[in-house]
Amino acid sequence: MNLFSQEVPLSWYLLLSAVLFTLGVVGFLIKRNLIAVFMSIELMLNAVNLSFVTFAHQWHAVKGQIFVFFVMMVAAAEAAVGLAIIIAVFRARATLAVDRIDLMKL
Amino acid sequence: MNGYLHLWLIPLLPFAGFLINGILGRRLPKWLVTTVALLAPLASFGVVLWSAMRVWPSTEPDLPPVVMPHLETIGNWLGIGTLHIDFSFVLDQLSLVMLLVVTGVGFLIHIYSVGYMGDEEGYARYFSYLNLFLFFMTVLVLAGNALLMFVGWEGVGLASYLLIGFYFQKKTAADAGKKAFIVNRIGDFGFLIGMFLLLANFGTLTFSTIGTMLGADPGWHGGVVTVIALCLLLGAAGKSAQLPLYIWLPDAMEGPTPVSALIHAATMVTAGVYMIARTHILFDHSPFALGVVAIVGAATAIFAATIALVQNDIKRVLAYSTISQLGYMFLGCGVAAYSAAIFHLVTHAFFKALLFLAAGAVIHAIGGEQDLRKMGGLWKKLPVPFAVTTVGVLAIAGFFPFAGFFSKDAILYAAFVQGGSGRVLWFVGLVTALLTSFYMFRLWYLAFMGQPRHEEAHHHATPPSMLVPLAILALLSIGGGWIGIERFAGFLAPSVGARGAENGSAQLELILSIVAVAMALLGWFIADLLYRQKPARPAELAAALPGGYRLLANKYYVDEFYGATVVKPLLAISKYVLGWVVDVGVLGGIAWLLAGIATVAGAILQRWQSGNLRSYAAWLAAGAAAVLLFLVVPWAALLAGLTSLHFGMAGH
Repeated sequence: MNLFSQEVPLSWYLLLSAVLFTLGVVGFLIKRNLIAVFMSIELMLNAVNLSFVTFAHQWHAVKGQIFVFFVMMVAAAEAAVGLAIIIAVFRARATLAVDRIDLMKL
Repeated sequence: MNGYLHLWLIPLLPFAGFLINGILGRRLPKWLVTTVALLAPLASFGVVLWSAMRVWPSTEPDLPPVVMPHLETIGNWLGIGTLHIDFSFVLDQLSLVMLLVVTGVGFLIHIYSVGYMGDEEGYARYFSYLNLFLFFMTVLVLAGNALLMFVGWEGVGLASYLLIGFYFQKKTAADAGKKAFIVNRIGDFGFLIGMFLLLANFGTLTFSTIGTMLGADPGWHGGVVTVIALCLLLGAAGKSAQLPLYIWLPDAMEGPTPVSALIHAATMVTAGVYMIARTHILFDHSPFALGVVAIVGAATAIFAATIALVQNDIKRVLAYSTISQLGYMFLGCGVAAYSAAIFHLVTHAFFKALLFLAAGAVIHAIGGEQDLRKMGGLWKKLPVPFAVTTVGVLAIAGFFPFAGFFSKDAILYAAFVQGGSGRVLWFVGLVTALLTSFYMFRLWYLAFMGQPRHEEAHHHATPPSMLVPLAILALLSIGGGWIGIERFAGFLAPSVGARGAENGSAQLELILSIVAVAMALLGWFIADLLYRQKPARPAELAAALPGGYRLLANKYYVDEFYGATVVKPLLAISKYVLGWVVDVGVLGGIAWLLAGIATVAGAILQRWQSGNLRSYAAWLAAGAAAVLLFLVVPWAALLAGLTSLHFGMAGH
């Protein structure tokens, strides 16, 4: 059996997806720059996309792939709105440090 | 084959009038309001007349005959286990007579109100209430079972409350409405207990079934029947303003005068008498309860008559006289002369409605003045009210050709021939007749005779819409008694039994009549002496007997007595026990406790709302991790003691 014709096992993909997702979560929690936080969110979304595609391939179901398109679309819209918000925040407060943007407090 | 009369139309037509004028009245033009308000009772009266023609034998041969008692069931109302209560209307001799009075006199008073209330605000509201009253009153009269009667009973109480408090911006009127409602609640309590006992002992509330059961088994005597009858008597005493619950009726005079005539003289207050006549079989099986009815009636008659002697408000004199006359009716019921009592009910409806409407015409004409001391000499200015009041006074005093003579005589005669304690009742009734004659002629002299004691300002003309009902009622007050008690009792006998007209002689009847008329003449003579010949004498008499006069002028201090013994303790309990302990202490404490818990919990949980995005995100991540742990690792769920939930979710 050819080593290269052998398929990559399912668990590898999932493991990669989990690692990426965790990186995203950790980045979201510890990064101070708003743009970095935003990028972490994108990372989490793409980690999820990866597991969607994996399962779609595994079960020969097209639903997972369709869902990925949805996620990408929402992510694109979110990027547009999110970046606009970031620019607005920077203009108003001259900083992008998450710790200093805490006006939601009661 | 029994005919169908559409009895349901009788109450429903006034109800339609109530709905139209009550909902749309303010937006409709006045003539339309008047048309609706008058058509509703007229149509109802028409149905009653048509029904009366149908039940009369040998008329309308093409239509199937109607035999009384005629029952019409609209449908089932309540069905609980074996208990079935129907919307059933009964037309028998008793309800037919009552319906003729209620819708007939009611219609006349509607016409009168058009003139009397013409300039008032709330014209449509007034007529919608009046129509509502007729709806409930006809339901009360037609009801075939006690519960349906109770619906009408409560409903007329509501209409009475609304109309007494018609001028609700006036505090005395609003208070009088509340007083009437609350005092009536005491009576209604008795009625309710009576109904519960009927259900417990007979298992039904249908009058005819109860009658059959009582008739079939002679074992029903005294005991529970007496208790039921006394409970019903309490209800009747509340509605018909008898001792000790009469106190609301004089205050009810705060309402418009046509209301006093319709509700508080002619119809609603006689509902108690009607109810006793309707349930007379119960009373017939309990001589004790019957005796109580007679004593209550006689005591009320003379008690109210003595108060009426010294009242100065024209409507209050009439109110106390109404209480006194209702006492006569109770006296009649108490000696089992139900037909005599109903006879007096009918004639009283004629002449007392007449007197009230005439008084209303006087009050209307002289600009709202009700004090007899400020009237006087009105006979020249108000000839028609003067003439009809004269008729009414002669009728209520019991002079020969007038209606009151026949009916009052029938009651006194029935009491007399009962013998024993009946003689005492007869004597009380006779003294009351003397007092009645005196205070009515006193009113007559003070209002219409002597010198004018009022300013000449605003004299209103009396419109024809007020004069026509007065004329019709005057004719009825003159001729209404000529039916005669024999024919009347004969007609009513299938409904209320024939007792009360036997074992007497024409000679005895004649003698008693002469005695009664002599008493009436004596009353007139005394009134003439005091108020025409020596007008200074009444004041001298009052000064000579200061204690007695004050006792009467203050109505025996009954209101004060009730105030001190019932109202004040009740208010104190409401204020201190219910108000402070229960409301402020218990309920308020619970409210404060709950508010405190929420405040403290909020203060603690508030710390979560740091406004720091990363702390929110951390909680979010922690939550997601916890859910993940819970779903993936079974032992975590075990640890949390949520095994069943876990397997439940796993099963999906």
